[in-house]
Amino acid sequence: MKYLSEYRNLEATKRILDEIHKITTREWNIMEICGGQTHSLVKNGILELLPEKVRMIHGPGCPVCVTPLNLIDKAIELLEQGVIVCSFGDMIRVPGSKKSLLEAKAKGGDLRILYSPIEAVSIAKQNPTKEVVFFAVGFETTAPANALSVLHAEKEGILNYSILASHVLVPPAMEAILDDKFCSIDAFLAAGHVCAIMGIQEYYPLVEKYKIPIVVTGFEPLDLVQGIYMSVKQLEEGNHQLENQYARVVKEHGNTSAINVIQKVFKIGNREWRGIGEIPNSGYVIKTEYQKYDAELKFKINNIKVPENNKCIAGEILRGIKKPHQCNQFAKTCKPSNPLGAPMVSSEGACAAYYHFSNNLIE
Amino acid sequence: MDIENIGFETINLGHGSGGELTRNLLDKIIFKTFSNPYLDQKHDGSVVKIEGEIAISTDSFVITPIFFKGGNIGELAVHGTVNDVAMCGAIPKYLSLAFIVEEGLKVSEFIQIVQSVKKAADESGVLIITGDTKVVERGKGDKIFINTTGFGLVHPKANISVDTIKEGDKILVNGYIAQHGMAIMSEREGLNFESTIESDTTNLNFIVTELLDKFGDKIKLFRDPTRGGLGTVLHEIANDISKGIFLKEKYIPLEKQVAAACEMLGLDPMYVANEGVFLVIVDSSIELEVLALMKNHKKGENAAIIGEITSEHPNKVVMQSSIGGKRIVSPLVGEQLPRIC
Repeated sequence: MKYLSEYRNLEATKRILDEIHKITTREWNIMEICGGQTHSLVKNGILELLPEKVRMIHGPGCPVCVTPLNLIDKAIELLEQGVIVCSFGDMIRVPGSKKSLLEAKAKGGDLRILYSPIEAVSIAKQNPTKEVVFFAVGFETTAPANALSVLHAEKEGILNYSILASHVLVPPAMEAILDDKFCSIDAFLAAGHVCAIMGIQEYYPLVEKYKIPIVVTGFEPLDLVQGIYMSVKQLEEGNHQLENQYARVVKEHGNTSAINVIQKVFKIGNREWRGIGEIPNSGYVIKTEYQKYDAELKFKINNIKVPENNKCIAGEILRGIKKPHQCNQFAKTCKPSNPLGAPMVSSEGACAAYYHFSNNLIE
Repeated sequence: MDIENIGFETINLGHGSGGELTRNLLDKIIFKTFSNPYLDQKHDGSVVKIEGEIAISTDSFVITPIFFKGGNIGELAVHGTVNDVAMCGAIPKYLSLAFIVEEGLKVSEFIQIVQSVKKAADESGVLIITGDTKVVERGKGDKIFINTTGFGLVHPKANISVDTIKEGDKILVNGYIAQHGMAIMSEREGLNFESTIESDTTNLNFIVTELLDKFGDKIKLFRDPTRGGLGTVLHEIANDISKGIFLKEKYIPLEKQVAAACEMLGLDPMYVANEGVFLVIVDSSIELEVLALMKNHKKGENAAIIGEITSEHPNKVVMQSSIGGKRIVSPLVGEQLPRIC
């Protein structure tokens, strides 16, 4: 596994950890944006190797976790109407208001787990008498493939395909977190793979407006400790800059062909975030010229609205105000086998990371 | 076996009726393939003489797809049960074999499966002594389901029990983990993911017998981490013995291509199914000798000592990561699911 094992190297990681210990003089709260980063931090045991003064706050970058409850109910409604619903795997165990997609499947719904939305277009082609919907959730990372599936369906003249889209964007979420009066975050590790698509230019204004260091960071142990080191160094020196730790993958202007595909199908609009509420201009909505691929309009399900589960503190977890083990329900009434909210079942959810991997927190 | 002489191309409901068609199917395929003095009696069951303590294990096989890289459901049905009997510290002798066939299965496929059963049984040194064949309507099954029950004689030197496990005992595995699950994953519909990874399905009874011949009661436990993978089984053991298990990630044998496939699909190899893997817990005084024996055996070339039993963190499995941090290894909940990004 060339280009992976190098970033899991014990000596190199230890050298940087030692540096972090050396330069840290004060308490710092650093938020890693992406759930993939959270899992890597916990799974590799990095949290316990950091100085006590460096506290990692887990961010909202879990696409499954931020998908609002009513969207899951909408997908279930489609299944119950006899539509073939295709989804990424980690959406299917997330509880809706009454049940999860997995439970709806057990009751006879035709749910398919896919790795790529393009596959859903093929399913639509093979089943011309059925409607096929792809549950298109995610951040900027999954938007190009989802947009491409729409373009693909258009090119092939496939009319029984549409997407149930809930795309959210990272920078507006960071702004919402920074504007929160309880916010105690001193620096951000920006999500490497989101930046691989979008580039890093959107982050310069945030650094300036909030005077906060942002380090674009990867996902391997060495990436993470280096990103943390770069953040702490800036903080200790009183700097606030945008730095790119993940330059082997992230380019200044991102992936322009991916951005072009996104912009062809989607435009920026308001989006609801689970546990956080609506954030203005925080997501992608399908452009008017592609509305025939919008499942919400096609199946008239845009009026489904349900309140969030009030026992689940997903909103506070996603904004970094509380950590998973500070929730009264954690590992008691809320477990992966019986989740109250998405962060406990998603493969990128902070609660799932703590439940599955965290050595010190579950007694 | 000559398919032309069988006289039918697909299996239909009549083949499960108990009448002439059933007899036809049994005579031409089953009895012909598995002929042995017990089965040749063609009775409702078999009478065999077994003296001593016996181990019995049963398992049902419902895998999709039924043919996969490195094997098919037939040999899996033999290996799975033979290995479960062997894990009890026993020497497998006899198997029962029951098919539930979905109407419409091609006879050529059925024969291929039956022949794999035969080959795997011969290689494992077990006889098929009784069986059953049922046919269900199309849509009521998934091509073919197989149930096997295995009977084995407990090895005279075996004392396999979680009660004998103590602090300091070592945990070994016989080879690469996660091969079977990833081989199946690469052939599932809808994943569009190809690899040359082959299932590791194989019989483990001879290597187990050799270990018991040589080390007797210094072998504390055998387990084969099939469904749920190594992580789930170790967690069960930690709970059973009320002690902790400490592992080092870097010692867990993981083949490069399997590791890369797991990375790509977002799966944790600790929870991916195995078919030819077993773990063994031994007294620390013999760990190196056990390792040497395993490494010299065809079914243990990539064996490794992966961890030990500890009095710290009772009921928990803790693994040291490649960069020196620690994490717990919790049991798998439900199926591992492909992730979004």
